[in-house]
Amino acid sequence: MSEQEYVPKSKVGKWFNDRLPLLSLASHLTDYPTPKNLNYWWTFGGILTFCLLTQIITGIVLAMHYVAHADLAFASVEHIMRDVNYGWLIRYIHSNGASMFFLAVYIHIFRSLFYGSYKSPREIIWIIGLMIYLLMMAAAFMGYVLPWGQMSFWGATVITNLFSAIPLIGDSITTWLWGAYSVDNPTLTRFFSLHYLIPFLILGLVVLHIWALHVPGNNNPVGIDIKKPSKDTVPFHPYITIKDAFALLLFMIIFAGFVFFAPNVLGHSDNYIQANPMVTPAHIVPEWYLLPFYAILRSVPDKLGGVILMFGAIFILFVLPWLDTSKVRSAVFRPIYRQFFWILVIDVLVLGYVGAMPAEGIYLVLARVGTVYYFLHFIVILPVVGYLEKTEPVPLSISDPVLSGSADYSMAKKDNEKI
Amino acid sequence: MDKSEKKTTRRDFLFTTSYTVGAVGLGAVIWPLIDQMNPDKAQKALATTEVDISQIEPGKSITVLWRGKPVFLKRRTQEEILQARSVSLEELPHPEKDEERVKSGKDEWLVMLGVCTHLGCVPLSNKGDYKGWFCPCHGSHYDLSGRIRKGPAPKNMEIPKYEFVDANTIKIG
Repeated sequence: MSEQEYVPKSKVGKWFNDRLPLLSLASHLTDYPTPKNLNYWWTFGGILTFCLLTQIITGIVLAMHYVAHADLAFASVEHIMRDVNYGWLIRYIHSNGASMFFLAVYIHIFRSLFYGSYKSPREIIWIIGLMIYLLMMAAAFMGYVLPWGQMSFWGATVITNLFSAIPLIGDSITTWLWGAYSVDNPTLTRFFSLHYLIPFLILGLVVLHIWALHVPGNNNPVGIDIKKPSKDTVPFHPYITIKDAFALLLFMIIFAGFVFFAPNVLGHSDNYIQANPMVTPAHIVPEWYLLPFYAILRSVPDKLGGVILMFGAIFILFVLPWLDTSKVRSAVFRPIYRQFFWILVIDVLVLGYVGAMPAEGIYLVLARVGTVYYFLHFIVILPVVGYLEKTEPVPLSISDPVLSGSADYSMAKKDNEKI
Repeated sequence: MDKSEKKTTRRDFLFTTSYTVGAVGLGAVIWPLIDQMNPDKAQKALATTEVDISQIEPGKSITVLWRGKPVFLKRRTQEEILQARSVSLEELPHPEKDEERVKSGKDEWLVMLGVCTHLGCVPLSNKGDYKGWFCPCHGSHYDLSGRIRKGPAPKNMEIPKYEFVDANTIKIG
């Protein structure tokens, strides 16, 4: 928060700002003191905002040509691809944009896990972020149903059937979700309605996410509290805006690479076959970004148990700030946690891999080991490591290690003691 | 205590009744918004299907669509019926006699929803460890009576309401 009260220079500006302090808000956002040591892992917030806006803009345009009806949806998507001016481009940006969105959000989440950004006093930022993530998954799932291909139809069938695992009322809930006795036209039309709604809910949560961020300010790679503004901070504009813009440019190159050179590589060819309720494709897989959770679901030989563990894998993240008992935020100073962090990354990647494979033999064994380890990490390893780990000394300020002539953070404390 | 009891007067009564009436009103408004998502009259109208079964040879099956879901109609051979009936109930995760799953006197006809009770995929016929059906999605094995034997599905495949209109016609629903 800028310490000084902002006063617009022009008379009109002052008149307006007294009535609606938008200019004060703009001034706060430009001057917002940001830790000067933020690395490129911190640029994904801006990248994610870009992704959301891209999805909203391309989505609004696609909705002008798409027809939400079981008999017409598949043909209308082909119509977009073949007849609509630049329709192919807009649809490929939208479909690959979803993947890019998840790629960025996973990096953003693991950044938070590594540098302890979810810890006090930033728990609310973390929880709002998880709510955004849940809505993203709902939006992505419903969006994937809209082209009404085979994967759309059977993906929708499998996911909505998850709710039938609920004891007693499960079947009524599933029928209610469908609006029919199977996934059918009423399901498609309501998914379209909700798919249009959710991005705007996400946008609202993004505002709260940033608002909650601006109360304590950014975490940073050394994970210490800093004074704001001070020699440890720089104004958001132009220092962070230009860095974010550069990172965004690199991200857009990768994005464009997919859109122009491999637009279908992340999708599934079965979705270019129109939905057929009589035939299930031999091998149903969700989109890549949901695979780890799918692997967890399939690793349990019990229907309700599998569903509970799959949702549990996400909901356990909500209590993460209270499961991690360590006082030190950044993994830079946590030699033991740092190793477990990377094991978790590998674990999630393995789960994602086996989620794409048939649920049998070695893949099933791997999925079970991966699932057990995932929960072990959060329920046992994090709390225990927090107590037992001997953390390395943390610098008193961001400038410390640099000004004392050593890039080694662990040296900083010792040098300080001499002074 | 006396004081607080004294305070429970007309104003509290007005608050309580206002909240109650408000809650009932809110519920009355929300319910139509929720119930509109349940199957509508057009969906319910599709509730019955008649199927001609005269062309089905023993050992073969056909699949028809009923309420948007596939229904398997299998004409079983004597051998298959015996195999389905030789299983003891203790071996079954969801114990049901084969006799309970067919109409008596029409033992060769197995009519059931071709929907895996795990997550709703359509199982493949003549596949799996029990020569009945096998669900390719998550690996559930069903026997010749459509009963779950192995895998994540919790129940046997459902038997819909159906009747024999005449010797060659089955009405489902």
